[in-house]
Amino acid sequence: MAEITLIKAVTQALAWEMANDERVLVLGEDVGVNGGVFRATVGLQQRFGAERVIDTPLAEGLIAGMTVGLAAQGLRPVAEIQFMGFIYSVLDQMLSHASRLRNRTRGRLSCPMVLRAPFGGGIHAPEHHSESTEALFAHIPGLRVVIPSSPGRAYGLLLAAMRDPDPVIFLEPKRIYRLVKEEVPDNGEALPLDVCYTLRAGSDVTLVSWGAMIKETLEAADILGEKGISAEVIDVATIKPLDTFSILESVARTGRCVIVHEAVRSGGVGAEIAALLAGEGLLHLMAPVQRVTGYDTVMPLFRLENHYMPSVQQIVEAAQKTLEFE
Amino acid sequence: MQPIAQFTINYWQYLNADGQTVAELPAFTQNSERIISLYRAMSLTRLFDQKAIALQRTGQLGTYASPLGQEAIGVAIGSAMRPEDVLIPAYRDHAAQFMRGVRMSDILLYWGGDERGMDYAEAREDFPISVPVASQCCHAVGVAYAMKLRRQSRVAVSCIGDGGTSKGDFYESLNASGVWQLPVIFVINNNQWAISVPRSGQSATQTLAQKAIAAGIHGEQVDGNDVIAMTARMEAAIERAQQGEATVIEALSYRMSDHTTADDASRYRSQEELDKYAARDPISRLNIWLTETGLWSDQQESALQEELAEQVDQAVKAYLATEPQPVQSMFDDLYETLPTAYQKQRDELIAAQAPVDGGADHG
Repeated sequence: MAEITLIKAVTQALAWEMANDERVLVLGEDVGVNGGVFRATVGLQQRFGAERVIDTPLAEGLIAGMTVGLAAQGLRPVAEIQFMGFIYSVLDQMLSHASRLRNRTRGRLSCPMVLRAPFGGGIHAPEHHSESTEALFAHIPGLRVVIPSSPGRAYGLLLAAMRDPDPVIFLEPKRIYRLVKEEVPDNGEALPLDVCYTLRAGSDVTLVSWGAMIKETLEAADILGEKGISAEVIDVATIKPLDTFSILESVARTGRCVIVHEAVRSGGVGAEIAALLAGEGLLHLMAPVQRVTGYDTVMPLFRLENHYMPSVQQIVEAAQKTLEFE
Repeated sequence: MQPIAQFTINYWQYLNADGQTVAELPAFTQNSERIISLYRAMSLTRLFDQKAIALQRTGQLGTYASPLGQEAIGVAIGSAMRPEDVLIPAYRDHAAQFMRGVRMSDILLYWGGDERGMDYAEAREDFPISVPVASQCCHAVGVAYAMKLRRQSRVAVSCIGDGGTSKGDFYESLNASGVWQLPVIFVINNNQWAISVPRSGQSATQTLAQKAIAAGIHGEQVDGNDVIAMTARMEAAIERAQQGEATVIEALSYRMSDHTTADDASRYRSQEELDKYAARDPISRLNIWLTETGLWSDQQESALQEELAEQVDQAVKAYLATEPQPVQSMFDDLYETLPTAYQKQRDELIAAQAPVDGGADHG
């Protein structure tokens, strides 16, 4: 079996589901003829036709709004927003409609849709192409927010998202789109949503992260291991709703927690996890919870980008701080 | 039954693709200095563009959006606008920005990942480049409203692509401009492609200009590769704006480049189409006209090319010699005064910066 990248895993999941569920549609800007600017939808229009793989006009509000309409009609639309920087006009549709259509109609109508968007920095992209604003969506009741961090999880979680009866925001960490390859069987097997994935077992400190920062977090765990510190690494994967059980269970064993995210610190999902630990895990904590995050400032243009992004070293230092705490 | 609303959209062209006049030329063309200045500005933009792409291809510039083939639009905008007017550009409008006094090195800094490229030395009220498509049209409404409120005879000019006209922000802006009779001009650079989606994939209307009609404002279509027509119609629109009527100018052109340097247009459009539009180039048609009118010669052309190349080289040198900003610059213009809450993060950032530049490897 060939090894594939995260972006290829996305394509593979879309193709599987389109082939096996005729209700699935793909729509967005440049997703058809061009196969998406990152090539996530490459080959789909040729295979499934222009009626099911729709090149829309340049209009994100329309894309999100018509996706709500398609979903309410019982189709399974998968919309692509080209970059997260263009997603903000979509917030209205997600907050006011997609997330609450089921609730408003007491279950009469629902919104089984997936909204995919690449996000995050580190690829020297132009302005507005590097932010991590997942917390905006994680704040909205009624949505699921799912973030894969490997080809295998991209495939399995995207399949699950497409089969989920409620709206899912599926955010793809574009920095690792082509960074690693792994074998991903194209067998249509979904992975569970709403649960964390423990990528490495450990006993001294729990490192919690998601998306592209999983790479740095795993590297930090390696370095900590060389120093004799056993770090558990948790990929949150679904940041809304949060799998509080797995995080609490891990921290109950390790007594220490470092949360790592690329997004700005204030109001980030890390704050929610820290509040969870303060509220329900306080007596297990042997040190204050540490957050390694982006700074509370505008994502700089790429010349200073590396200074903004959390580094392996910062994660290592934060973990050591929890161990040195007395 | 009787028809109750009808409309006409006029198409303006003075110089055809072969550089021949097809209508009586506007008066400003009598001024040879002015017309040559338009030619110079288009030529400068093209040389700059070639250089910018070369810089990108050699890793010295980030992703960059080229205005190749659409130079006449920006040059006409810049030439018609007065210093006191305000430009609210999209991301392919550096020809207009240069005419407004924005330095070439600023545009390079911006695409080179440095915020200082948005701190223009002149045109201090002009907006920086807008990447989120069509959002800038709403800013133009606000700018024009402020001008009207203060009884100023200034004009706001906003640029957008054909793809952008599909967005709500565009319609909302046109609509409000009609309601409040604002001194604003929306220039659509209809270069036929929004990344891979052709003009026909955006709208079923015969023209994009007619979208103005639904908003109760003036709309017209202009040959965007005819700098004489574009300049004349921009000047007319500025006049109209001062009378309290907004204008939509649909400038017909063609995107001769990829969408950006990160795009590969050969995936979705044909060489035949490119060849067809290459024959409608805005610079060569004015060159023909200038030469045939006796205003231009081969010697002048080579002297000009030499002079402009020198200017571009100077700009590139200035850009490449620009030291990176200190890391704390990412906090220093966040608020007028940095809230105490973030002071600690600023300190941490400074402390964390060794090793500098490329320290963290993010692949």
